[in-house]
Amino acid sequence: MSGYRLAAPAGAWIDRTRPLRFRFNGNEVQGFAGDTVASALLANGLVHVARSFKLHRPRGVFSCGIEEPSALVDVGLDGARTPDTRATDLEAADGMVCHPGNAWPSLRLDIAAINARLAALLPAGFYYKTFMWPHWHLFEPAIRAMAGLGHAADAPDPDRYDEVSRSTDVLVAGGGAAGTQAALAAARAGAKVLLLEATPHLAQADALRAAGVECHTRCTVFGLYDHGLAAAVQTVGGVVRERLWKIRAPRIVVAIGAFERPMLFPDNDRPGVMLASAVEQYAVRYGVACGQRIVVATACDSGYHTARALKAAGIEVAAIVDAREHSRAEAPESVAVHRASTIVAVAGKRAVRGVTIAPQAGGALRTIEADCIASAGGWTPAVHLHSMAGGRLQWVEDTSMFVPKGSLPGIEMVGACAGQFDIPLGVVPADHQPSAAALASLGHKPGKVFVDLQNDVSASDVELAARENYRSVEHLKRYTTMGMATDQGKTSNVNALVLMGGQTNRTPDQVGTTRFRPPFKPVTLNTLAGGRSGERYKPLKHMPGHAWHEARAAAMEEFGGWLRPAAYPLKGEGLIEAAEREALRVRTEVGLFEGSPLGKIEVIGPDAADFLDLMYVGTMSTLAVGGARYGLLINENGVIFDDGIVSRLGPEHFFVNTTSGGAERVALAFEEWLQCEYVKRRVLVAPVTSAWGNVTVSGPRAWQLLQAAGFDAALAPSAMKHMTLREAAYGGVGMRVLRASFGGELGYEINLPALHTQALLERLWATGRDFGVVPYGIEALMIMRTEKGFLHVGGDTDGTTLPGDVGMDRGIARKAANFVGRRSLLRPAAKDPHRMQLVGLLPRDRRTRLPVGAHAAASKPPAAIDGFVTSSCYSPVLGHPVALGMLARGQSRIGETITVWHLGVGIEAEVAKTPFYDPSGARVNGSD
Amino acid sequence: MMQLTCPWCGLRPENEFSCGGTTGTARPSLDCSDDEWARYLFFRDNPKGDHAERWRHTFGCGQWFNVLRDTASHEVRAVYGITDPRPELTPR
Repeated sequence: MSGYRLAAPAGAWIDRTRPLRFRFNGNEVQGFAGDTVASALLANGLVHVARSFKLHRPRGVFSCGIEEPSALVDVGLDGARTPDTRATDLEAADGMVCHPGNAWPSLRLDIAAINARLAALLPAGFYYKTFMWPHWHLFEPAIRAMAGLGHAADAPDPDRYDEVSRSTDVLVAGGGAAGTQAALAAARAGAKVLLLEATPHLAQADALRAAGVECHTRCTVFGLYDHGLAAAVQTVGGVVRERLWKIRAPRIVVAIGAFERPMLFPDNDRPGVMLASAVEQYAVRYGVACGQRIVVATACDSGYHTARALKAAGIEVAAIVDAREHSRAEAPESVAVHRASTIVAVAGKRAVRGVTIAPQAGGALRTIEADCIASAGGWTPAVHLHSMAGGRLQWVEDTSMFVPKGSLPGIEMVGACAGQFDIPLGVVPADHQPSAAALASLGHKPGKVFVDLQNDVSASDVELAARENYRSVEHLKRYTTMGMATDQGKTSNVNALVLMGGQTNRTPDQVGTTRFRPPFKPVTLNTLAGGRSGERYKPLKHMPGHAWHEARAAAMEEFGGWLRPAAYPLKGEGLIEAAEREALRVRTEVGLFEGSPLGKIEVIGPDAADFLDLMYVGTMSTLAVGGARYGLLINENGVIFDDGIVSRLGPEHFFVNTTSGGAERVALAFEEWLQCEYVKRRVLVAPVTSAWGNVTVSGPRAWQLLQAAGFDAALAPSAMKHMTLREAAYGGVGMRVLRASFGGELGYEINLPALHTQALLERLWATGRDFGVVPYGIEALMIMRTEKGFLHVGGDTDGTTLPGDVGMDRGIARKAANFVGRRSLLRPAAKDPHRMQLVGLLPRDRRTRLPVGAHAAASKPPAAIDGFVTSSCYSPVLGHPVALGMLARGQSRIGETITVWHLGVGIEAEVAKTPFYDPSGARVNGSD
Repeated sequence: MMQLTCPWCGLRPENEFSCGGTTGTARPSLDCSDDEWARYLFFRDNPKGDHAERWRHTFGCGQWFNVLRDTASHEVRAVYGITDPRPELTPR
């Protein structure tokens, strides 16, 4: 038994009328509303609550806030589990389940605690030196399994998060005395003030609200960014777990206080060794005595303040051990003060039982029975936000602290975080370690002196780093891991810098500090996402005919952000079987396909034709009204980035189709060229993709179906040629009907107002029964276009493919316009005869499907690669597999046999001409 | 995160905009040398200090405009039209 709950009225922050219970490490813990997990553990007498990161030494609660290095718990179960949460910054809740993160199988019997016995073999950088031969990777799995704190959630997070964006005249971070004063002054001067306080308590809440200050608690400002942006995380509880605040303020007042620095002495990591200010806060805020007999170890007058506060709360203070000769502070009555003395040993392993102290000059030892050591080594202003915003620091000699140097525009540091304290600190020595003489009087080897409790970095590790010349602060940090992980060295950095300075005859500011970066305290990734995960991060787009496809039992998949039918499998049919059946039926009868995601852009204006000539590899200005033409888009590097059909609706009006995935980027590119380069062209670019639905009817009986459904005879194949567009009314709705084909059959792409899409699909489906109509999906479309050797941009092409590589450079020489990317096609590399070219590939045995991605090479790879397979399928109409691929000098190698390699197996393939099916292309013409 | 002043929509947070890189890079004619073309495509200054760049108000009016920005401090020194000349400012 060590800590205990003090009698009422101690504990300003707890509500004794609302008891609660939670589980820690399998045991029930009792507390009150307002307790943190740490304060409840301490009140229940639990001292050993964690194991350390590397050495697995027993550890206890060390602090009373976000700086906690030791008492990390995994809170929640399964998907809701949050690892490495500071028990000192976590409000206890009824029914909560917590586990210590770094102990297996249990806290008491932790197998990895063997590391503590081997500590001498595990100094800083041991794994760089030890696990080198024969190879680091041999040791990596075991080390990875040993390393790390806590356990991540093993399922999607069920909790909800949200985000608010605000702007205000003045943002005050921190609601202590300094922050409150600044907020009141600003509000009284007429400013709109927002005050965010990290703890659940705001002492002057009433006065602040009366002055018109908007206040929020449990809200920690964790980062300052450019142009007056601050980010904060708020613990909400209830439906929303955490909330992200983004605040824009021209004036930001930072009043986030200071962290206490621990004293350095042997075994200063034992459970029961705590920051003095924390011991005081547990008594005052939570009504918890952290021990029955407390020794205050100090190098700072604030230690005396703590001793007086503890006495006032009725807690026994056994002694004050002051490393200094002099102090202006007064000890409480009847408490012995040992000046110029230091702790040289701590008794107890899982809990402090007592201390041995010695004069710094050496001499007689004295032992003091105690179960808690309150450690007061000075203060470290929380300069983090100042540093994040680009501020510099300076070292103050007499109080041994880094404070902001100068100020930044729009940011004011006030109170303890600026080095201004309301309690006297006295002269604080930077180097408050036990002297060699004091340690020598111990008569045996002293224990390890810990600098960074979270990373198990000891004073000897810092010495080792200095000896091995890792003297720069950046090297010190990376070599020893000091200052890393969840606490980011909030209690350890300054002690480490002082030690390194002592080793290398430099002052701490000559050693320097690392730049602080956000976040000031750990923030969960879901909070940063602000709830935008899964469907809320990237919603899938639904086509206007979505319900019709679902009624046809379509197998829906994502294609370029759209949920689309991959195929419509019948009962017992696989996806590929279904696609092959659909493709064959389109070739013999007729199929219905929804192509609504196809990109659609209106290009209108007196210079529209000239503008499109500048955008496309081909020429659009020579199109007759009512005509349509395939066009290839390349970027300024000459690389193909999209393709589609451009139709001319009028002399100054074009209807541009892009690929489904490219709709946005093509419109963006058109706009950028128009606004930034061709600024004098009178052209309007209007992306209209979602305004128009697209129902595609393909197959030899396509016109029969449309005719039966009542479409205008002017659309008959004899009246309307392939690659023309007619505006037609059907059922009173204006439509744009394009004769085009991506599968090589007679095809009608009916563009219509999106809201009418489903009705048209239903009508054609009902009429189509007499014509053997079939709905077909993306997979069938891909089979048909591969049979025809049609290019699939992004599938057959990559970030190096030029028009000539896919046989689409004809006519460029005759074109006048200096279209986008044209100059790049004249580079020597673009004209290299060894470039890869798109060809057809047929398996020599006519049975083996060539795997997409298989490499063409003369011998088994690793070998020089000649090309690769880009598209491949079984052709139901031909009765054997077909494929497309990119192959070096491919067009001059038609008929050659090559080998393509897949997972070490070679497959013989013939280089073939495309199209594989209907080489004359007569089928697209159809008949009435 | 910076704030930029869209000439049409006013002061807005950076995440409404997309950066299009260095502005005012003249596009050479078709008969330029390979070297000139390569400079136009791939070579950019990377100054510490003022940098003229073009931005688009993507989640707003969709218009492109020019910004003169200090790359070290992120101070926006000037906002000007896409075809306007870079303003003469005293360098610091």
